[in-house]
Amino acid sequence: MDAFLSQYIDPYYLRIMILIGINLILVLGLNIITGVTGQLSMGHAGFMSLGAYTSAILSVQFGTPFVVSLLAGAMVAVVFGFVIGIPTLRLEGDYLAMVTIGFAEIVRVFFLNFKPGGKAVGLSGIPQETNFALVWVLVIIIIYFNYRLLNSRTGRALFAIREDEIAAESSGINISKLKVMAFVIGAFLGGLGGGLYAHYMYYISPQDFGFMKSIELLNMVVLGGMGSIPGAILGTTVLTLAPELLRVVAEYRLLFYGALLVILMIFRPNGLLGDVRWYDIRQRLFKRHQSERG
Amino acid sequence: MSIVLQLQKISQEFGGLRALDMVSLSVEEGAIFGIIGPNGAGKTTLFNIISGIYTPTSGRLIYLGQEIQGLKAWQVARMGIARTYQNIRLFQKLSVLDNVRVGGYGRERGGFIGDVLTLPGARRQEKETMERTKELLDFMGLYERRWDYAVNLAYGEQRRLEIARALALDPQLLLLDEPAAGMNPQEKEELMATIRLIREQRDITILLVEHDMNLVMNICEHIAVLDYGSKIAEGTPEDIKRNEQVIHSYLGA
Repeated sequence: MDAFLSQYIDPYYLRIMILIGINLILVLGLNIITGVTGQLSMGHAGFMSLGAYTSAILSVQFGTPFVVSLLAGAMVAVVFGFVIGIPTLRLEGDYLAMVTIGFAEIVRVFFLNFKPGGKAVGLSGIPQETNFALVWVLVIIIIYFNYRLLNSRTGRALFAIREDEIAAESSGINISKLKVMAFVIGAFLGGLGGGLYAHYMYYISPQDFGFMKSIELLNMVVLGGMGSIPGAILGTTVLTLAPELLRVVAEYRLLFYGALLVILMIFRPNGLLGDVRWYDIRQRLFKRHQSERG
Repeated sequence: MSIVLQLQKISQEFGGLRALDMVSLSVEEGAIFGIIGPNGAGKTTLFNIISGIYTPTSGRLIYLGQEIQGLKAWQVARMGIARTYQNIRLFQKLSVLDNVRVGGYGRERGGFIGDVLTLPGARRQEKETMERTKELLDFMGLYERRWDYAVNLAYGEQRRLEIARALALDPQLLLLDEPAAGMNPQEKEELMATIRLIREQRDITILLVEHDMNLVMNICEHIAVLDYGSKIAEGTPEDIKRNEQVIHSYLGA
């Protein structure tokens, strides 16, 4: 498939599209935790790291099939998502953010000293199994189920927790259970994205999953608009493309990237698509359609 | 008439402060029961205990024959006790429609798998929820505003939306915490009519905390008076108006 595509598409563009897809899987996971449920997580790269290293070590050292490595990576992230979900029951806002930063740092330092992972040198020789078709098929499936979830009873409950925990609980919502659930879903997608990343890059090191990676993912959620799926797609695309497009300004790249973030947040404080409500637009269009007929 | 809610010697302490002291009450089915008292008398604390936000330091709370003290707020809600708040607590950045749909969460069943896969059961329930929600919005006069964010509603509309959300739970007991706070006389009239209608059409027992004496005396058949965390009087509006201790400590003398 990719060999076929690369006849028509420049490999550089193909590579960027694959990275957008992988980032999108990561961001859709973080969006459920932070954008929808309102639990500020600044350690999403920790889940990504767990997924990447687990799957890579399995593939490299044990030669397990790609699918098995990928799922094992995601499951390890899920276990940690569950563990990290527990403190969220007692902490919120800044305090929770600190716990998640701490978690991601622990994961990073662990792999920095973990022999099977190559320590600081990193792990190379990972089979390049991830391709354009696989990533984008997964992206479409994940977007579909995300959409289903957010437009369901459970999805509304997650939004309600973000808006007002006390009122949510008095509506019969078991907020502890749903918060942990949000972390578990987010961690699963984080681990999956990490596994895909490892099997695309051929080489990973603990530096790939540092604090800046977590912040980058959080930026994508916030810039797109908290809790909005189209927002997550747009935010991820814009912020993955930005550093590439800014290559023309060479070493001032990060400066412009930062300025872009500041300017966008001034003009769209709720994110690019944060206050656009697709669901309502659809309902309105549908209603007009009905009244025209009737 | 059977008893819906019974408080037996409920006390609540916060550190050294005794917010409620051995309060006992019985609320009969179908009643509109009022709780009055000066600021800081413990009225909202009492509501927070009934709705499971606080666990009382001592005493028993019996709802439909079951002890419910110590249950979590979401468990209490699922047993059919809904409430509103003195300081409005809406899901501000959700639509009016979604606020009410969330309100029905506790009476519905289902889980993550059914929702994500949109299994037939979940789909049927969503359809039913939508119909019930529209009926409730119509009842509370908010149907035309169903697509607006809750935060964009006028004050009186927000109060009504809170009641609509509470009713979505299909409760047997409805707790209204100062429902008339900040309303003008005309809005208060409408509110009284609504409260009566809720009781009559929906078979809901209503317990309300209120500062507005006129409103309480008008719609409550039974009133309890709290002062410094203790119940100092209980009876019909006529009894309360004549009670000397109440006149002394509350109505001002």
